[in-house]
Amino acid sequence: MFEQLLTLIWIIIKIVIILVPLFVSIAYITMAERKVIGAMQGRIGPNRVGIFGLGQPIADVVKLLMKEVIKPSASNHYLFFIAPLLSMAPALAAWAAIPFSNGMVLANINAGILYLFAVTSLGVYGILIAGWASNSKYAFFGALRSAAQVVSYEIAMGFTFVGVLLAAGTLNLSQIVLHQSGGLWHWYFIPLFPLFVVYWISGVAETNRAPFDIAEGESEIVAGFHVEYSGMGFALFFLAEYANMILISAIASLLFLGGWLSPFEGIPLLGTLFAWVPGLVWFLVKMSFFIFLYFWLRATLPRYRYDQLMRLGWKVLIPITLLWILVVAFAVKLHLGYWFAS
Amino acid sequence: MMKRLIKIIKTFTLWELLVGLSLTLRYFFRKKTTLQYPEEETPISPRFRGMLALRRYPNGEERCIACKLCEAVCPACAITIHAGPRGKDGSRRTTRYDIDVFKCINCGFCEEACPVDAIVCTSEMHYHIDHRGQNIATKEKLLMLGDLYEKKIAEDRKKDKDYR
Repeated sequence: MFEQLLTLIWIIIKIVIILVPLFVSIAYITMAERKVIGAMQGRIGPNRVGIFGLGQPIADVVKLLMKEVIKPSASNHYLFFIAPLLSMAPALAAWAAIPFSNGMVLANINAGILYLFAVTSLGVYGILIAGWASNSKYAFFGALRSAAQVVSYEIAMGFTFVGVLLAAGTLNLSQIVLHQSGGLWHWYFIPLFPLFVVYWISGVAETNRAPFDIAEGESEIVAGFHVEYSGMGFALFFLAEYANMILISAIASLLFLGGWLSPFEGIPLLGTLFAWVPGLVWFLVKMSFFIFLYFWLRATLPRYRYDQLMRLGWKVLIPITLLWILVVAFAVKLHLGYWFAS
Repeated sequence: MMKRLIKIIKTFTLWELLVGLSLTLRYFFRKKTTLQYPEEETPISPRFRGMLALRRYPNGEERCIACKLCEAVCPACAITIHAGPRGKDGSRRTTRYDIDVFKCINCGFCEEACPVDAIVCTSEMHYHIDHRGQNIATKEKLLMLGDLYEKKIAEDRKKDKDYR
């Protein structure tokens, strides 16, 4: 009894250790986004609150907390308040299976990648229910668009996972990373490059980020599914979106860029020079790169039209992934190259 | 045939996308054009048409002779002038010179119409009105502003002298 309680407390401590830095990084990623996009548009970005504007996220949080939570009288009140939680919870739950470094994982489950895929797919329910419960036409259209988009891109994304599974032969995320050990040229982004690109594109679409942010296309449907939300309700959707962004970046670096493995591994001089750097740092560096890529894409590309988006998902990405899965399957079967040698 | 091949290659290597990304990346490292407004300001032309003011001659005599040309030319009817002989020497002066700042559109016609350079546009644009009635700039206020900004006004007029 006592031992079980101790385990429970230990797990809760671990959850706090994962979630608190996650929330802090979400707050500062919003600021990084504004800075990066500002810089790409020839501006400085927020720099007034605190030194270099570092107080800006805190000011934003305080503003969101202070704001009134407005409840539309025509809405379904229960669903209206459940929806933000439903989109937030999966975004946080998925972090349980992410290995941050060798052995640094809350739940080292053997079906880790399947769990991730299942849990992240649940996030769309939050969006759907928000759009439905708001009882507003813009929110409804936003939800419909978002649902259709997420469902379409989920397929392409699932196929990229299949490619990685074929290559690694395991569903365990830690094992997948360890299969890539041996240096930069052992990472899966080289043999699975088309899948890597497709994964990234569908990951951006999955999180409803630019250029696939038609779910909240300001020019057409105001803010999409979260038009009616204010204060903390809006903040939860916002947090969920950014948590999902970080999650997609984390999965991308785990599956294709060798997770916590050092890029200098196996290189004679640099390998020993950077041997002291902990795996967590490499993992964070890789994640930051993907987060930057998110902002970079947002600053560069205009929004997709709805039919173009659907065409890209169904007629381009899915055939490419199917084709490359076939290639990978043959490569694995015939032990082609050093990636599939074992 | 060759064109189509190039197009296919470009499509599958995401060529246009990479070109766009490289452009934004170049801008990312370029010098920023933001002006930190309260600390920095854009340079202002000597012809800038800001707040209005009434000038005086160097000996302290007010320039305005109440000819009412500015009142006549004002497209917004913002100027109200009452004229009369001045008490101490009986010369024609304004007894009342009011500009309604709400009506004024800063067109600068009054300045152009003035034969003695009495009413002028200063380069000052940082002013605000927070009470009803403050929008009427009376003769005293305008003269005070003229005294306050005389140095800058004279400087701007000198710079622009050759083009008037």
